[in-house]
Amino acid sequence: MSTPTEVQARSIGSGSSPSHHSNSNPNLSSNSQPNRSADSIRPTRPSKTKHYFTFALLVILLWGSGIQTKVSFSELWLGLPNMFDLLKQMVPPNWGYFARISSAMLDTLRMAVVGTTLGAILAIPVALLSASNVVTRKYIFYPIRFMLNLIRTIPDLLLAAIFVAIFGLGALPGIFALAVFSLGLIAKLTYEALETIDAGPLEAMTAVGANKLQLILYGVVPQIQAHFVSYVLYTFEINVRAAAILGFVGAGGIGHYYEVTLGFLEYDKTSSIIVFTLVIVLIIDYISAKLREKLL
Amino acid sequence: MNHTKNVLIPKPKKNPYRYLVYITLAVIYIWAFAGVSFTGIKETAGKITQAIFAGIFSPDWGYVYLPDGEDLLRGLLDTLAISVLGTFISAVVCIPFAFWAAVNMSKAKAISGSGKMLLSFIRTFPEIIMAILFVKTVGPTSFAGVLALGVHSIGMMGKLFADEIENIDRGPIEALTSTGASKLQILWYAVIPQVLPGFLSYTLYRFEINVRSATILGLIGAGGIGTPLSFALTARNWDRVGIILLGIIVMITMIDYISGTLRKKII
Repeated sequence: MSTPTEVQARSIGSGSSPSHHSNSNPNLSSNSQPNRSADSIRPTRPSKTKHYFTFALLVILLWGSGIQTKVSFSELWLGLPNMFDLLKQMVPPNWGYFARISSAMLDTLRMAVVGTTLGAILAIPVALLSASNVVTRKYIFYPIRFMLNLIRTIPDLLLAAIFVAIFGLGALPGIFALAVFSLGLIAKLTYEALETIDAGPLEAMTAVGANKLQLILYGVVPQIQAHFVSYVLYTFEINVRAAAILGFVGAGGIGHYYEVTLGFLEYDKTSSIIVFTLVIVLIIDYISAKLREKLL
Repeated sequence: MNHTKNVLIPKPKKNPYRYLVYITLAVIYIWAFAGVSFTGIKETAGKITQAIFAGIFSPDWGYVYLPDGEDLLRGLLDTLAISVLGTFISAVVCIPFAFWAAVNMSKAKAISGSGKMLLSFIRTFPEIIMAILFVKTVGPTSFAGVLALGVHSIGMMGKLFADEIENIDRGPIEALTSTGASKLQILWYAVIPQVLPGFLSYTLYRFEINVRSATILGLIGAGGIGTPLSFALTARNWDRVGIILLGIIVMITMIDYISGTLRKKII
């Protein structure tokens, strides 16, 4: 006969197995006992129906997407020589072109600096207003968070294209696009960090009668400033990459030269722009990562 | 009189180099702000902004569905299809890269190091440039967008997957090794079950990013909703710009919500 623990183990291992029920009835268990117990010690496999359904859904999704985008491997195969041709033309980058584009590169960096700064300044009040432990009223922080989510849905290049349509060509629409994008990102990261700050100092200050401004200045800011600077640097890294391509839609910076060189089929110059951008991005990423390590 | 000594906690010492930091920052900002060429704002800026907002708040509903092609829904569907396929391609292709770049999957540090370097190179290569390369290869179609997203996403997904592989528990691997399992069996029964939820979650996360990227691919002719948007922008059809923007915002919000719910379920 099986011990109570064994029965329990079986009922966990195979909840729907009939052996569990047969054990509770001594009349039935007497004849088929040895056979059943050997069988039921093994846990039953989890049902795979859900996996099959997921798999089928995935296949249908991929199939439909393939039809929608007109995937054709023959076209890819036929196009591959074109691509290799292009890459071959790109391979020795035109090193002399670096001097020509260095001022545009500096413009790109300026755009990133100014855009990130404007976004960061705007992000401070927005982040404070959307943190539930600073502003305790739901009707304030929920709408502001909703607005933030809406801002973050629009990609930066799209923002730039719209701002170019509004303000005309130049660095200004690019800076605005970066500022709006940075606002969304920095405010979100900051308010999430704000919600995890230590409530002790805030309570202490409330207890001694500090007003809201004092509370923020002496209770919140010291706890959050390192995080905030770190997020600003992180956003700056992203913005340098983004600023490098904003010129595509006419929003200033080095991206404009992609269009020029590709238009004149000067692929060696295009590749020198790519290399230049990669070098700058890697340097900035490295410096920024080191600074952020020191901060946190 | 016995009065307690008033003990003041000393202020924390400030960084002696802080003035250097301030000066550096000031120099950077003066350089940046002085260099920005302010060309002035077009006089029509206000009007255009108003027109776009009017388009968002009183959309041109007729454009949502047109019986003969080129409408909002089909553009959004195209964008979704591009991101689904692009994400799928990169999720499959990046797996070998991830095992290559994971420190605990190879004996020599040089192997994983080279894999990590390759992945970071792919990551830094702008996806728009990638899209242009593919547009030159397969022509200005959605397929070019699929390939561009597929190749570009390998960089980030490979890195995330590699991190996931590096964080696995060694126990099951040792247990299987001690019972004499082959390398393939170890991979299949000890490694894959541990990393699969993480892989799925990261794939969904990348899918969210790719949907955003797919909306801009059309600006350079690689399909999706960006194509009608760039037409509407050049044609100064602000109502249409408004409805397309609204469509993008609604789609991305929905995708983020669905994907976020699924990711919470997976982990």
